[in-house]
Amino acid sequence: MSERRFCQEDDRSSLLSRLGSDSPRPRMKFGGMFCNVEGAFENKTLNFESFSPRLQRRSAGPTQTGGQHGGRTAVLPSGHPRENYGKREGDRLIIKGGKVVNDDQSFYADVYIEDGTIRQIGENLIIPSGVKTLDAYGQLVIPGGVDANTNLQAPQKGLMPCDDFYQGTKAALSGGTTTIIDHVLVEPGTSLLSAFDLWKETAEQKACCDFSFHLDVTRWHEGLYEELETLVKDKGVNSFLFFMAYKDRYQSSDSQLYEAFGILRDLGAIAQVHAENGDIIDEEQKKLLSVGITGPEGHVLCHPEEVETEAIYRAITIAKQANCPLYVTKVMSKSAADVIAKARKKGVVVYGEPITAGLATDGSHYWAKDWTTAAAFVMSPPLNPDPSTPQYLISLLACGDLQVTSSAQASFSTAQKAVGKDDFTLIPEGTSGIEERLSVIWDRAVSTGKMDENEFVAVTSTNAAKVFNMYPRKGRIAVGSDADVVIWNPKETLTVSATTHNLTLEVNILEGLEFRGVPTVVISGGRVVLEDGQLNVTEGSGRFIARKAFPDIVYKRIRARSKMAEARGVPRGNYDGPVHDVISVTKSVPPTPTTRGPTGNKTPTGPRNLHQSGFTLAGAQIDDHIPRRSAQRIVAPPGGRSNITSLS
Amino acid sequence: MSDCRRQWNREDELPVYFAGPITTGPNQRKSFGMFSSVEGAFDSKTIDFDNYAVGRKGSRTPRSGSRERVLKTGDPVGKTPREAPEGSRSSPSGEADDARSGVEVRFTSEKESPNEKGEKLLIKGGRVVNDDQSFYADVYVEDGIIKQVGENLAVPGGVKVIEANGRMIIPGGIDVNTCLMKSYLGTQPVDDFLQGTKAALAGGTTMIMDHVTPQPGDSLLEAFEHWQEAADKKACCDYSLHVDIPQWNETVKDELELLVQDKGINSFQLYMAYKDLYQMTDGQLYEAFSFLKQLGAVVLVHAENGDLIAQEQKKILEMGITGPEGHPLSRPEELEAEAVFRAITLGNRVNCPVYITKVMSKSAADTITQARRKGSVVFGEPITASLATDGSHYWSKNWAKAAAYVTSPPLSPDPTTPDHLHTLLACGDLQVVGSAHCAYSTSQKAIGKEDFTLIPEGTNGVEERMGFVWDKAVAMGKMDENQFVAVTSTNAAKIFNLYPRKGRIAAGSDADIVIWDPDNVKTITAKLQQSAAEYNIFEGLECRGGPALVMSQGRIVYEGGKLQAQQGTGRFLPRKPFPDYAYQRVKCRNQVKSKQGVTRGIYDGPVYDVAPTPKYITPAPSAKTSPTSHQPPPIRNLHQSNFSLSGAQIDDNIPRRSGHRIVAPPGGRSNITSLG
Repeated sequence: MSERRFCQEDDRSSLLSRLGSDSPRPRMKFGGMFCNVEGAFENKTLNFESFSPRLQRRSAGPTQTGGQHGGRTAVLPSGHPRENYGKREGDRLIIKGGKVVNDDQSFYADVYIEDGTIRQIGENLIIPSGVKTLDAYGQLVIPGGVDANTNLQAPQKGLMPCDDFYQGTKAALSGGTTTIIDHVLVEPGTSLLSAFDLWKETAEQKACCDFSFHLDVTRWHEGLYEELETLVKDKGVNSFLFFMAYKDRYQSSDSQLYEAFGILRDLGAIAQVHAENGDIIDEEQKKLLSVGITGPEGHVLCHPEEVETEAIYRAITIAKQANCPLYVTKVMSKSAADVIAKARKKGVVVYGEPITAGLATDGSHYWAKDWTTAAAFVMSPPLNPDPSTPQYLISLLACGDLQVTSSAQASFSTAQKAVGKDDFTLIPEGTSGIEERLSVIWDRAVSTGKMDENEFVAVTSTNAAKVFNMYPRKGRIAVGSDADVVIWNPKETLTVSATTHNLTLEVNILEGLEFRGVPTVVISGGRVVLEDGQLNVTEGSGRFIARKAFPDIVYKRIRARSKMAEARGVPRGNYDGPVHDVISVTKSVPPTPTTRGPTGNKTPTGPRNLHQSGFTLAGAQIDDHIPRRSAQRIVAPPGGRSNITSLS
Repeated sequence: MSDCRRQWNREDELPVYFAGPITTGPNQRKSFGMFSSVEGAFDSKTIDFDNYAVGRKGSRTPRSGSRERVLKTGDPVGKTPREAPEGSRSSPSGEADDARSGVEVRFTSEKESPNEKGEKLLIKGGRVVNDDQSFYADVYVEDGIIKQVGENLAVPGGVKVIEANGRMIIPGGIDVNTCLMKSYLGTQPVDDFLQGTKAALAGGTTMIMDHVTPQPGDSLLEAFEHWQEAADKKACCDYSLHVDIPQWNETVKDELELLVQDKGINSFQLYMAYKDLYQMTDGQLYEAFSFLKQLGAVVLVHAENGDLIAQEQKKILEMGITGPEGHPLSRPEELEAEAVFRAITLGNRVNCPVYITKVMSKSAADTITQARRKGSVVFGEPITASLATDGSHYWSKNWAKAAAYVTSPPLSPDPTTPDHLHTLLACGDLQVVGSAHCAYSTSQKAIGKEDFTLIPEGTNGVEERMGFVWDKAVAMGKMDENQFVAVTSTNAAKIFNLYPRKGRIAAGSDADIVIWDPDNVKTITAKLQQSAAEYNIFEGLECRGGPALVMSQGRIVYEGGKLQAQQGTGRFLPRKPFPDYAYQRVKCRNQVKSKQGVTRGIYDGPVYDVAPTPKYITPAPSAKTSPTSHQPPPIRNLHQSNFSLSGAQIDDNIPRRSGHRIVAPPGGRSNITSLG
């Protein structure tokens, strides 16, 4: 905190005098800090070009830097419209009098926006005439939220979510979220690329805010490597989700995860996991159904907290072994969060993402007498019945043990949920939360004093942007960043209700809850989409945000470790003592670790060893345990040894 | 130690009692005055053994039954399972009378069997150390059973008297984990039941529990009988058997039931490692846990993540590392801790006691500790090797030496591991010390000289087990002598339902007794060991504390460094299911934790229209999957079949959607829109 007050010698007394006042954060003061240091803004306006993803903004270089040098003095001489941004030219906006809040500091400044980009930040900006002025006095100017986990298009058991890209992004904008990262669910056996294309096409037609994609890999095999490479290198996807749950549908085994993680590391992508032990869940589901529990309470009974914790522990172990960054989606319980926190303390590169529902409510509702209410809460991992969970998760968010918040938005109407009215395992899983996310966090974390406004910005947008490599284009108010800006009113109150929310969903799990802190103005891509309570969105105005591989915040450490982690053998003389004569008859070759190519899967296909599969299919052999080698030959002096050598 | 001083006959010297605490050894709390002054004080200490024995299947008979078997080898009657239950009904009642009517009666009744090895022994002047207390008392042994514990015992004439000279009299050790017949590539460990039990006795261990290791596909019963036969012929001390379950299927279930109910096996090992060989998936483990819990067995788990090990082995061999150092490199500590965590989670979900064999690393031990803090019923077993040495030797320049240390999970390279494990043993977070004794000769280990994955796994330790726990824990002041007895013998007896027959010095218990000399110092070396292995991983380590005399079944088998073990005298001890120590809490939780649904009215709102055709999913909103069969038979996608090569695939049951067709621009897209 205090490092942000870098020039306060002259008014330290006044600073101290304000400490006791009601304002939650006295440290930021108008003017003094920023105006009297020359060039102070220059560090804040990042050299944007160096970060920019190559796909979208390759041309704006020279003019941009020129503008930056001018700092507050000049309107960009050229105002080159960016070709890629063609569809949202126009609006010139100035936000006046607000307090700009980034994840590292807050300061009072005006923000000038042109062509969908933040052009100037500072006081007394020189701007052209005819600019629309937005008044932000007494309010905060924060980067638009980044929702790192939505499912607006992913079908479950054949049911499409009732809120698609249009409805979903509309709701997102109304809640102050200006970028979503949606999960592309690739059905087992289908092509990753075609699913990606389908999603992108749909979203481009419908989405009202910027979007990007994670890919959910539901069935791993080495043959996916090429598709992954294309996706990472050409399509701008750098995060892939693997399921440890949903046995026999999406679940990946530990070896698959290890292999996949190794490949993702080489590609510079981030591994995400849906962490629940699918095997245990599957067994418990059967057990519960057999004892006659069919209602939604069965869902939480067969997805206990431990199962989530166990899977996270395992995922972290695997990721650590593979030296791959890990991102755990939907951290829903205390012990799960603890496992992440502990692993971070041991140095593992792991990120945890609690979601709106988990931060705002708990799982006691699964026992509601009203089936509809109970079913509305069904999601995986389930909300925890422990009522202290939300507060705990928020505390970990505030101290940085969890980093990113999302909504895990996947809304299914009551009629859709009712598919599972006689069997809880058939209830489509998902809750809403895309709209309330920022308000929930502000109310639960910032107004209660657990978190400061900068942390708020960090967990709602900046961290997500950094982890997924959209920073500083997203997640920051800085010259050159996208004009996704929210004017945040911390005093106003929002009462959540299914009648007033922007989704088509007819229930809202947060029904009736009040949250302090609402967005008064939302600017997406330089256009005002929310003002005076009026939502004004354009279907299809959202752009796809391509994300480059190797996000710095994640991969700097990974790279260093890859270099360090070289294991070395011990040079020894040859063992020349007696060797026991192995007399076992050879039957089949067990997967001796060596026969195949590197884990780096330069072997594109042919993951199955035909020799081996033939034998395994034939059932268990008496001596399956025995590593098959033509043993006699091995012991034999000349040829034998070379055989072994070639094997290993 | 100075507590060797005998004070028990100086009854009138009260000051000695006060002086005691200062001068005597680490454990002063028991001193002579306390006990002799209270009348009948020993009555409560000598457990009414028959209370426990009643109804315990085979708890008595095998003693006589298997004795018969030993004496008249080949007598088929002794081995029939039918006889065991019958005998157990008749004989305890007779003995129960004995116990109640007092000590004297016993002699007459027991003398009727003259051909027993009925040596009568009186151990005088020792300090009896049990897991709960220590006290000065004499111990009278007859017919292989402790008949009396106390002072001024009335014993018949002609009794051989052993002077303990104030040394400790402890229950003989129980080694819960040995593999004396675990074949590898067709070769047997060099220590078979004869060598292994001889080594055990020389180290003060009077009972071993060996792992029956059938291969996948073998009948568990046959393997069990094979083991039993071999052990009956060779073992010099009492033994019991764990059965390893190499794979999980329906036939195994029947055999398990038989083993538990008729054969007296109550512990089974499952593997989370050895991929494609013994490893079970989580689903199988869950089923196995549930099944074994119903049977009342203790689940032993070899906890390592086999999937990751296989991958790491591959990687390390690719890097060109073929020596024994590849073994610890491919099996890092985290994988052990992860599997322990998973095993405990499974145990919690099934509500089943879990016993982790071979706790080798700090993080694995900590995981167990934390789980116990949260109430899990989990037990941890560090082994001699992990308690006395560390994994730095894998990097030894001498291949034979490095290979000798190869065991799974590997010894942790962290040199502070032994200390940490001892600390947890002392505070009760870990309960049992095993040895995982599985000795292969250097030439057998050399099978893997070019590939570390082929090195047979196993280290020695059955002989050194008790000594090192004393040396590193008791002599260092971490542990008291009672805890020493607990971790080397009593806890094991309790967990595996041998208590109080084993693991305690009490009237009615088996006469497996060790007179322990805490001042005995010896240097471990392969030259002086009983084991046949030519390499000892503890070579050169100095160890304080050792047995001065070992008595097995009432016979002195080791005294003053001389071993007089007799091949084939070991008896098989059947064990009943549902050991109290492990299952009491589990039973309670079963009752408490039963799950209940919510009674609701029937949902009568609209239900999304689900077409009855369950086959595959079409984009039309009305043609959703059926709720009744959400896993419809697969529609093979041709694109995908490129990848899956041959035969039945694991995931054949997964519904496949014809994804591409949906994507088709004109029709497809509008369809999707209508979906939302």
